Amino acid sequence: MKRKNNVIEFENLPSIISWSSVVGTTEGNGPLGNGFDMVVGDDMCGKETWEEAECFLQKTSIGILLDKSKQSDTDIDGIYAGDLLNQCMGSGFGIRGYNIPFCGIYGACSTSVLSMIQASISVDSGAMKKAISSTSSHFCSAEKQFRFPLEYGGQRPPTAQRTVTGAGSALISFESEKLCPKIKKAIIGKITDKGVADANNMGAAMAPAASRTISDFLNDTNTRPEDYDLILTGDLGKVGTSLLYELMKKEYNIDISAVHNDTGLMMYYLDEQDVHAGGSGCGCCGSILCSKILNELNTGKLNNVLVVATGALLSTVSPFQGESIPGIAHGILLTSGRGQYE
Amino acid sequence: MNISNNDYDKMVKKASPASPIWINCLKAFLIGGAICCFGQLILSLYTRFGMETETAKPLVSMTLIILTAILTGIGVFDKIAKHAGAGTIVPITGFANSVVSPALEFKSEGFIMGTGASIFKIAGPVILYGTTAASVYGLIYFIIERVTL
Repeated sequence: MKRKNNVIEFENLPSIISWSSVVGTTEGNGPLGNGFDMVVGDDMCGKETWEEAECFLQKTSIGILLDKSKQSDTDIDGIYAGDLLNQCMGSGFGIRGYNIPFCGIYGACSTSVLSMIQASISVDSGAMKKAISSTSSHFCSAEKQFRFPLEYGGQRPPTAQRTVTGAGSALISFESEKLCPKIKKAIIGKITDKGVADANNMGAAMAPAASRTISDFLNDTNTRPEDYDLILTGDLGKVGTSLLYELMKKEYNIDISAVHNDTGLMMYYLDEQDVHAGGSGCGCCGSILCSKILNELNTGKLNNVLVVATGALLSTVSPFQGESIPGIAHGILLTSGRGQYE
Repeated sequence: MNISNNDYDKMVKKASPASPIWINCLKAFLIGGAICCFGQLILSLYTRFGMETETAKPLVSMTLIILTAILTGIGVFDKIAKHAGAGTIVPITGFANSVVSPALEFKSEGFIMGTGASIFKIAGPVILYGTTAASVYGLIYFIIERVTL
């Protein structure tokens, strides 16, 4: 492992040897519905509480991951996982049945990439041979914790995003599997707060962090947006994406719009599914990364993808204490095992 | 160029679509008005069946509360309220929904620490400041009445 300014370079190129995703019904009805490993029949997942349902998502996602990779839990040296619930309940309770050393992390919606970076560092350094990164979020448990009860009759502004019901997990291995997607570089973001205090406009709160992380990464690696097949953020939604383009142009004179997409814009049919500005939550970037993106890297359709997951580090009390929302964005560079970048 | 918080705030305001206020007002007016007309209709029905108007009035409120509780319980109320906005919040239906919805949501933490502790999570401020305002109003009314006597 080497470090060049803000960027970590993985010398052993850890391989992502397997990945899995589980999503809820609304996500299953979205444009990517067919690409997930599992779409649950009802969002309660046959459980008694929303929290249990979220635990089920994460547990099932890891179960599918182990099945797909033909590993048992005792073969795994560690798992980095997180979610949006207090004390990372979705992860801690969802994973408690597995016999895997567990490290819970919180990065709000950036957890999908943060957990993958942590797992990659552990694997590349030799501390672990095989590590899992996993995240989940659930629309109903997030609404209950951060907003209003589900049946409360309120109106949401057009800038609000819908928390994705879903989970995504990836298995990262030290042993280089030739054709699997590889993890090449990573950047751990800096907390960026431009004073946005509106908890119904998370995209606006997170866009400055995304813009900073992307420009730092491009600078430190001496690359331009054209060098990537895709720069994927997750999840800025409609408002955050347009602000990201504007910020990148004004602050850094970089135009990423030609190669950029956002998982918050990809998850739903935005005009038909009544999701306002798009998707959000750890499970949004997590499930899309661990389905469509890794599938396409695996087949060679994509070769070089910079994934930047963004998080809004607010708490359940901070908006009422007059605090603005600190944003964070972590990036990871994934390359295909089949392409020219091998 | 480093963008200041003020400049970013302007960018955010420009990029964030506003709520469709006129359509929202129209929907609130129509649905809120329909709820009030429905209240008037059941008041007329109760009095037609021989009930005293003074007895029928609280019964109208109770009917609307029960209907809201049922609609909240079966997951229909929030779908209407999403369009109605103030149209369902301002009548007594809004208050009923704000009590029933947390009662349902926090049932999972048990009847004491869940439903019991959280049932007034949304309605609590309305009850607290509503009764306080009513007490102050009552006190002023009482003093004025005494002075004018």
